[in-house]
Amino acid sequence: MKTQALTALLMASSILGSAGMALADTTLTIESWRNDDLSIWQEKLIPAFEAKNPGIKVVFSPSAPTEYNAALNAKLDAGSAGDLITCRPFDASLELYNKGHLADLTSLAGMENFSDVAKSAWTTDDGKASFCVPMASVIHGFIYNKEAFDKLGITPPATEAEFFAALDKIKADGTYVPMAMGTKDLWEAATMGYQNIGPTYWHGEEGRLALIKGEQKLTDAQWVEPFATLAKWKDYLGDGFEAQSYPDSQNLFTLGRAAIYPAGSWEISVFNTQAQFKMGAFPPPVKNAGDTCYISDHNDIGIGLNAKSKNADAAKTFLSWVASPEFATIYANALPGFFSLNSAAVKMEDPLAQEFVSWREKCKPTIRSTYQILSRGTPNLENETWVESANVINGTSTPEAAAKKLQEGLESWYKPAK
Amino acid sequence: MAEETERKRRRWHIAVFLAPAILVYTAIMILPLFGTLQLSLFTADGQSRVFAGLANFRQLFLDPRWSASFWNALGNNVWFFIIHMLVQNPIGILLAALLSSPKLRFSPFYRTAIFIPTILSFVIVGFTWKLILSPLWGVAPNLLDLIGLKSLFVPWLGKEQYALTTLGLISVWQFIGIPMMLIYAALLSIPDEVIEAAECDGITGMAQFWKIKLPLILPSIGIISVLTFVGNFNAFDLIYSAQGALAGPNYSTDILGTFLYRTFFGFQLQTGDPYMGSTIASMMFFIILAGVCLYLFAIQTRLRRYQF
Repeated sequence: MKTQALTALLMASSILGSAGMALADTTLTIESWRNDDLSIWQEKLIPAFEAKNPGIKVVFSPSAPTEYNAALNAKLDAGSAGDLITCRPFDASLELYNKGHLADLTSLAGMENFSDVAKSAWTTDDGKASFCVPMASVIHGFIYNKEAFDKLGITPPATEAEFFAALDKIKADGTYVPMAMGTKDLWEAATMGYQNIGPTYWHGEEGRLALIKGEQKLTDAQWVEPFATLAKWKDYLGDGFEAQSYPDSQNLFTLGRAAIYPAGSWEISVFNTQAQFKMGAFPPPVKNAGDTCYISDHNDIGIGLNAKSKNADAAKTFLSWVASPEFATIYANALPGFFSLNSAAVKMEDPLAQEFVSWREKCKPTIRSTYQILSRGTPNLENETWVESANVINGTSTPEAAAKKLQEGLESWYKPAK
Repeated sequence: MAEETERKRRRWHIAVFLAPAILVYTAIMILPLFGTLQLSLFTADGQSRVFAGLANFRQLFLDPRWSASFWNALGNNVWFFIIHMLVQNPIGILLAALLSSPKLRFSPFYRTAIFIPTILSFVIVGFTWKLILSPLWGVAPNLLDLIGLKSLFVPWLGKEQYALTTLGLISVWQFIGIPMMLIYAALLSIPDEVIEAAECDGITGMAQFWKIKLPLILPSIGIISVLTFVGNFNAFDLIYSAQGALAGPNYSTDILGTFLYRTFFGFQLQTGDPYMGSTIASMMFFIILAGVCLYLFAIQTRLRRYQF
């Protein structure tokens, strides 16, 4: 009986198979590190795509952020990775493309919806080939507890002097921890600290490109100053911040116990669901009133095609949909704080997200200084920046010593083209 | 003649029974081990693999940055091992001695309770202790506050000078059951006649432990030391789950296992380097091999064994 059923099933499937691919569902698997987004993919994005494209099923299969790169590399080498690969910006993905793991998407329908800047994070050094569809960027700044600010009569600070005056006032009052940040996980100190306030000192793209060209050094004043400012943050962080992890900081702020949170815009969706109070945001303060402000508007997520995918056609259909304004609108509103890189204007409902994106008008955007080219060697500049930023805030290293260590590490392998 | 065929048959028998274990062990342990040793002699040249001789080892020891990381990891690993030898094993022996005392009530309960952490997953242990020691919501600051010692609280896992020792003690807490059980078994196997003879000679209490029991369990202590040594120099999970792959703050909790992981698989923007990774893995193998040989040839042969 069982054998008969099995034979019937096999015959049926072979008939269906020969009858054409349209009848059999193609399943696409997406590799991602965004396990926070699982419900948004399952409830909003995938149904919207499947409704339009019957016959293609999509499975979103994320892994932990810190393990993603290593796990993905191992899966790609073993040939067991999914059809669609969520792309980290810059070198991590470029390396995958160079190794032949990611397919060339330059001619994909829909790529014309993105500017060169948007595609820059997933383009070869010569700018000829693009290998990931840009999905979103994130902007750095500070999120604050509006109720705390109102109660203490503080207005969002515009200059550095105002910023520290506000922190002093919150500290003197004692109701709130002035700033929610910890150094245990290291990357908070670098990403929400150094890369957040840094562009103001090194003048965004100007400094970043000069560093790549070798015209500036990490030991120059404009690169040491952000460390000196970070060192001053120490006094305004909560008790035991050395052992405070990233989720601890998030909870400290959303429970209303801290007044200011050095943030990336990706926090918006999480904070909206957890915080019971009104929130506002301000960009990194400038040194003197009237100075140009700089923000880190960092290309963060793209999505590419596994070159060895057996369902390349279906995957390309999906990628073209990701490049469409429809995807941009659903994505940007489902995940306020991940700003679409699509040239089509996307209307966002969330006020906090609107505040962040409004800085694009008045401030000069740049990307994180360590991401392009400079983290290709060993020691890895990005990882070293994590460790040294945490050391500076912990007070175990001076700004000058930290900068010197980073510059020496970089010089040991990086020879700028002259 | 008949005797010889019988012996031959018996030998054949042994081979058949050993074969599955040897095959499985060769496939999943010995071959990968030699694969790793081989990989450490190669390096990447573009997309292809080229033979590099001992260049990787030269880089690991002579490049100031690599060697600083390596010696830092090795030093931390040695300290991790010392903590286990000084805290875990003596306390394990003490607990076993107490448990084997016939006067102790509820000893099965204590035995089980002390052994339970050993079967917990590293991830659970790391996460639980991170929460217990958390300066924000942990019970450690509150408990210290209750007895008026709040001033003694330090964010231990976040301070360079304490983090590694704290993690060592957490590991001791988790694994104390193993030396306890092994010593307990060794103590139980001491024949009553020996103890009775000692009592007849007037050796009781502490003196009995030092003069009669301890010499008899020395071989077990030796085995435990080797197990601790191998376990500690292969450790990785606890540090990774509590401190992450960068083993912060400032690499102060970096041990050979985390150093190997970071190098081999890469981390964040750093791409993995299987060749340098294999070099570190090979060094770990040599260190463990040297330690075990030292024990086998220099210590175990000198241990006196007693036959009852």
